[in-house]
Amino acid sequence: MELLSFLQHYWWAVVSLLGALLVFLLFVQGLQSLLLFSARTTADKDLVCQYAGHKWEITFTTLVTFGGAAFASFPLFYSTSFGGAYWAWIIILLLFVIQAISFEFRNAVGNIVGPRVFEIFLFLNGALGTFVLGVAVGTLFSGGAFVMEKTAITDIGNPAISYWANGWHGLDALANPFNLLLGLVLFFGARTLGLLYAISKPDSGELGNICRRKLLPSAVPFVLLFVVFVVWLFLRTGYRADAARQFAAVDYAYLKAMVENPWILALLLLGVVGVLIGLIMQILGKHQDKNFYIVGAGVVLAVWAILMSAGFSGNAYYISTVSPQMSLDLVNSSSSLFTLKVMAIVSLAVPFVVAYIGWAWRKMR
Amino acid sequence: MDSLIEISRLQFALTAIYHWLFVPLTLGLGFIIAFMETKYYRTGDEFWKRTTKFWMKLFAINFAVGVATGIILEFEFGTNWSNYSWFVGDIFGAPLAIEGIFAFFMESTFFAVMYFGWEKVSRKAHLVSTWLTAFGTNLSAIWILVANSWMQYPAGMAFNPDTARNEMVSFSEVALSPVAINKFLHTATNAYVLSAIVVIAVSAWFLLKHREQMLALKSIRIATIFGGISLLVVMITGHGSATLVAKVQPMKLAAMEGLYEGQKGAPLVAVGMLNPNKAPMEQPGQEQDPYLFHLSMPKMLSLLATNSTEGYVPGINDIIRGGYEFTDIEGNTYIEPSFAQKKQQGSLAVNALKEYQQAKAAGNDSIMAQARQTLDENFKYFGYHYIEKAEDLVPPVGITFYAFHIMVGLGIFFIALFVLYFLYERKNRLESTPWLLKLGIISVPLVYICSQAGWMVAEVGRQPWTIQNLLPVNAAVSGVSAGSVATTFTIFAVLFTATLIVELRIMFTQIKKGA
Repeated sequence: MELLSFLQHYWWAVVSLLGALLVFLLFVQGLQSLLLFSARTTADKDLVCQYAGHKWEITFTTLVTFGGAAFASFPLFYSTSFGGAYWAWIIILLLFVIQAISFEFRNAVGNIVGPRVFEIFLFLNGALGTFVLGVAVGTLFSGGAFVMEKTAITDIGNPAISYWANGWHGLDALANPFNLLLGLVLFFGARTLGLLYAISKPDSGELGNICRRKLLPSAVPFVLLFVVFVVWLFLRTGYRADAARQFAAVDYAYLKAMVENPWILALLLLGVVGVLIGLIMQILGKHQDKNFYIVGAGVVLAVWAILMSAGFSGNAYYISTVSPQMSLDLVNSSSSLFTLKVMAIVSLAVPFVVAYIGWAWRKMR
Repeated sequence: MDSLIEISRLQFALTAIYHWLFVPLTLGLGFIIAFMETKYYRTGDEFWKRTTKFWMKLFAINFAVGVATGIILEFEFGTNWSNYSWFVGDIFGAPLAIEGIFAFFMESTFFAVMYFGWEKVSRKAHLVSTWLTAFGTNLSAIWILVANSWMQYPAGMAFNPDTARNEMVSFSEVALSPVAINKFLHTATNAYVLSAIVVIAVSAWFLLKHREQMLALKSIRIATIFGGISLLVVMITGHGSATLVAKVQPMKLAAMEGLYEGQKGAPLVAVGMLNPNKAPMEQPGQEQDPYLFHLSMPKMLSLLATNSTEGYVPGINDIIRGGYEFTDIEGNTYIEPSFAQKKQQGSLAVNALKEYQQAKAAGNDSIMAQARQTLDENFKYFGYHYIEKAEDLVPPVGITFYAFHIMVGLGIFFIALFVLYFLYERKNRLESTPWLLKLGIISVPLVYICSQAGWMVAEVGRQPWTIQNLLPVNAAVSGVSAGSVATTFTIFAVLFTATLIVELRIMFTQIKKGA
């Protein structure tokens, strides 16, 4: 594999890993989804906000870094998807921005609008934010109605190199059942992780009991919907470019990507096993302080594998449903060799970053 | 198209303005808190812990909103400026990613330890976390300012006609360009001055109310020294900014001064009011005076821009007409081409790109090579192809001129403020000088205006360019509907304003509550 191709794959793997870590860290949002309907007493709400409030910044920063890394390594996706699916990304943005202000303002002295407003914000971020994010990620497999033509920049009358072919500007992603399914998987997954996190805390008291009661109604749909999602994903048709850079339909493209890269398939299986072991141990009442981490590790591995399959083996990771020839794959959308090299050197610092986050996490438990 | 550009610019400006309302306080307050906690660590005196915690609360309130508005800016590069994101994403994306990996994680991780971890980590680990939070917030400022500077002075890249975008060829030229270094120092120290004035003002209010005297006096001492030193750096780098702007964005400098006709030994307007009827390139014999009135300092603009009292500073009309000798930032001296010549070269470059791509599709190597050569020779003025007429090259002179003069005028006022506070604090006369305390409180809105004015000079003054000379706003904007952007603009405006109101109320209540 030549260096450019290696780095394109390396960066797709890094961005996918950031995406996978983000999904794990959405346990914060899962916790927030308990507000309003599950955690009803002030003490329970305070505890939810304390647990989530001590960790939300790591989730948020991972989201920002996921965006930044995607911009740096695959700028054409950033340009095409963000500029085209305008409303989908704006909704996600709004649902996350309201989280950032809520923890600090909710119980602050002098809060003129009262805590309830911020609890609603946190609930919306927890319930809808995860769902819509899942819908948006679904477009990595289902594609979008975009037109992308790099040479358009020479057209003085209309130099935009990409635009959405219909007036929905990305809202049409919400009408695609596959995307909706992934949205539900993400919502139930985040909620399950949030419940497990609260259960793992020794001081969760009554809130812990509520979470134990709520676990099965979240974990069962999470696992079942996830299985349906994976089966559907494996049955999907993708697109791959040939040597002349012409995209053609490929049946079972994502299953093939897994089979062609068995280590990705192994990660997926390992991830699924992790999730199941963690959940079964929880149901059996064993290692209640560790199951969050076991299920979390499983989620990271499974999501990492699934996201990698979107771009590996030559799969177009952002299919134009208007004209498949305009689809984005790792080759036509990545940064230059030089930038990918610089970024690869930068990425060597990531273990150091992970190490101090780990230190802080342990200390702040 | 015009309405789309205007509303997209307005949305970005709105987000940037609100972001910069919350961020500068955290940049400087982080260090002030770290100094205070260091005192606590060294002396073990509970007074310093209490003082640190008080300022930390104000830091935390601002921090969260800064994070919230920051992510919107990051998204808006893609949602509203998608052409830009591709055209320069290969260079611009890297600082953004580095910012995330290094700075954001550092500040958010250690912020949590700093804010919630008093009882959970050792005193030493807590102190280190506080310092790392301060460094983290400043580190993120470095990278986003590197990215911004690159837009003002694109360096370290080459255009690739195969991918129709600019690609990075030297990371150090991007990260360590003189514009980037100067911009970071100027912007960061400006934020420190702002933070110092906020600390002084809150402390002054306590002294007027005869509350928290010890906290107030000690805080003023730290803030005066920190802010005073920072203000010195602001002044030095302010001069550096002017010199660099003269070399990389002479049109911005001309707009800052309302200078239409250039001259050697150009004067600097100290106070003035622009003539609203003045227009660029007026008919001979019908030229209007640029100013309704003005007081100017002879030769000072030349000194500021060229480090020589006799240096030539081109005016707006000169830059459009060209024909004068110009030395760029790399030291190359040449006769500046006219707008018409630049536009011609820009069109040659864009058409050569089109030709190159057509020849590539047809597999014609010789035409490709020829087109490539034409493109390379004329690429310097690529963006001029999209500029319709000479007047479009001129930024809004009024906003740029007044913002610049407000910034400088307030900067001079702050020198006096810091000198007075320093002297009165040394002589222990602050508590008996209520007018000075009140002056400190009044300075808070002034320093925010000053800081915002600085950004207006930088950003309005570089119009119509997103990337200087290479990509104007009309070629950078997303292909989204103006109605959609108008809707999101309204949503953001309501959300930000509501957030600001709630935040200010919380800040005031927190201050009133005391330590």
